[in-house]
Amino acid sequence: MLGLNQRDTKFLLIVIALTLFTPILLQPFPADSGLAQFNAGYPDLMQRFAIFGIFAIGFNILFGLTGYLSFGHAAFLGVGSYSTVWMFKLLNYNVLPGLVLAIIVSGLFALLIGYVSLRRSGIYFSILTLAFAQMSFNLAYSVLTPITNGETGLQVYNDDPQILMGENGITTTHFFGLKMNASHIMDVGPWQFTFNFGYYFCAVIAILAFYLSLRIFRSPFGMMLRAVKSNQQRMNYTGLSSRPYTLAAFVISGMYAGLAGGLLASMDPLAGAERMQWTASGEVVLMTILGGAGTMMGPILGAGFIKYFENIFSKINDQVLHGWFAFLPDGLENALVWLLHPFVGKGWHLTLGILFMLVVVFLPGGLVELGQRIRNMFRKKPKADNDGSHKPQQTPHVAE
Amino acid sequence: MGLLEVKDVGKRFGGLQALSDVNLSVQENTVHAIIGPNGAGKSTLLNCLIGKLIPDTGSVTFQGQSVLGRKPHEINQMGISRIFQTPEIFGDLTVLENVLIPCFAKRDGSFRMHAFETVEAEKDLNEKAVAMLEDVNMQDKLQMQASSLSRGDKRRLEMAMSLVQDPKLLLLDEPTAGMARADTNSTIDLLKEIKEKRDITMAIIEHDMHVVFSLAERITVLAQGTPLVEDTPDNIRDHPKVREAYLGETQQT
Repeated sequence: MLGLNQRDTKFLLIVIALTLFTPILLQPFPADSGLAQFNAGYPDLMQRFAIFGIFAIGFNILFGLTGYLSFGHAAFLGVGSYSTVWMFKLLNYNVLPGLVLAIIVSGLFALLIGYVSLRRSGIYFSILTLAFAQMSFNLAYSVLTPITNGETGLQVYNDDPQILMGENGITTTHFFGLKMNASHIMDVGPWQFTFNFGYYFCAVIAILAFYLSLRIFRSPFGMMLRAVKSNQQRMNYTGLSSRPYTLAAFVISGMYAGLAGGLLASMDPLAGAERMQWTASGEVVLMTILGGAGTMMGPILGAGFIKYFENIFSKINDQVLHGWFAFLPDGLENALVWLLHPFVGKGWHLTLGILFMLVVVFLPGGLVELGQRIRNMFRKKPKADNDGSHKPQQTPHVAE
Repeated sequence: MGLLEVKDVGKRFGGLQALSDVNLSVQENTVHAIIGPNGAGKSTLLNCLIGKLIPDTGSVTFQGQSVLGRKPHEINQMGISRIFQTPEIFGDLTVLENVLIPCFAKRDGSFRMHAFETVEAEKDLNEKAVAMLEDVNMQDKLQMQASSLSRGDKRRLEMAMSLVQDPKLLLLDEPTAGMARADTNSTIDLLKEIKEKRDITMAIIEHDMHVVFSLAERITVLAQGTPLVEDTPDNIRDHPKVREAYLGETQQT
């Protein structure tokens, strides 16, 4: 179906089903129960899952296939956001022109950065992309203030032209009249599910992005990109010029990042320079490696995992901990809370860091490898699986 | 005129004259070996042939076209294929994919953005690749990861990757360096088999006399950067100058 073989079609259908039922799947605990804070099925977070999923899928096309580690992908995310907000300012709150412009502008930007950076490989490539991203970040704060609105962040003001707005135009972001913040809340017994239009909009785009990347992975073009990672010298002596292949991969992944940035601005019409900072670039590297670089599912899992931690784990504070351990004697309760305190709340980075180290050391193939191992444990007889892409491939050295 | 013509090539590295006045003509459909003791300039000459080095003087032409200053992929597209000292393959990819890549390169040129096709849909290329792998007796390893092959199989795979492109000239850079005698013999057999099956020109750079005399139809002896003599293997064997410069030494060691 759709140019995919049977196995990939099944894979795609599973992904579609999971995406569509996310508002239910992420809401496993009743609304009033003590565990309700672990529910992740609220619109803001679900939108982030989908958006950062797109970002990571795009990053994986570059890093997972060609092995070129870009440390400046957040620059494209920022460029995408700015482009979209500018469309809101100039036209109206319809997200479509903004998203199209975000993809085009970030693609052009990626072409420029890629053309220069791809002259080097390995660590030098990473440093070059990092330098470009930091440059963009600092420019956005200083000389480019007329375009980026500096520290305040770019947002829509009442005196903006908004030439397509008309008299009673919609004043929040929308897709041909369908508002992004429109939600339908459904109560099933003690459970509460929120179906948000913004999430489904992002989810449909994420599915399209996933399908596109699946096609690229299975295409001759994808095979060539894997050849770049495997042995670039051999590739050149086979009559192929590796530079245009890597540049194409770089531009495609830049466009994915731009789309993700545009969607971020579409959900919340505000763009700040901090979106381009190197920590944001590092985050997508973490997502991809944590989930499993070079696999289809890995980056999405990684993105979900990190965003879940960022939003849920960080909300656990001492009071919540005291609540959990209230049944213990006071001394023991205080000791436990004291022990766990650095790992939760504001300390969620510590937990994430430890988990990241554990994954890199024990599961070089990321979370996907964990899933595979569990599956093999239950099957006893591991099935010979030669399709390279679903299988965690050996994670390349970070400098590769 | 030969397929590959090397004329008055000279190359100097600082104070060392690595090559001087090298004239060489590889005739079509012959196996031409370039031999010489260590430091004779064999590798420098090879690097000049594949565009890695540009000689200070002289010219290198392939079918009348200069190869100097061209990129490796352009030289390959002209019809020169190179076999490396240690097998160079795409280790992360399957055996079949390893052979498919040169097929695509041959058909589509050095770059094509075929992102919306599938590899399986290219029936012709798949058949061609499988047939090639059958030729080198690897048809039962199609889906194996290339890095897990034995060394001999890697060499076969590399040959298949070159031959599937139907190159006009096959450049072999010490194809048996560091191999055990048995592996060397099987490589010789493989090359002989290839030579019998198709019309192909080979240029071999080698210092193993056993390999050279089993394969070559024409031999150029290089010493101190200049060709000492060029002749058939039988004549080379008995040539007094060659014996003095090279063979005598090898037989003693």
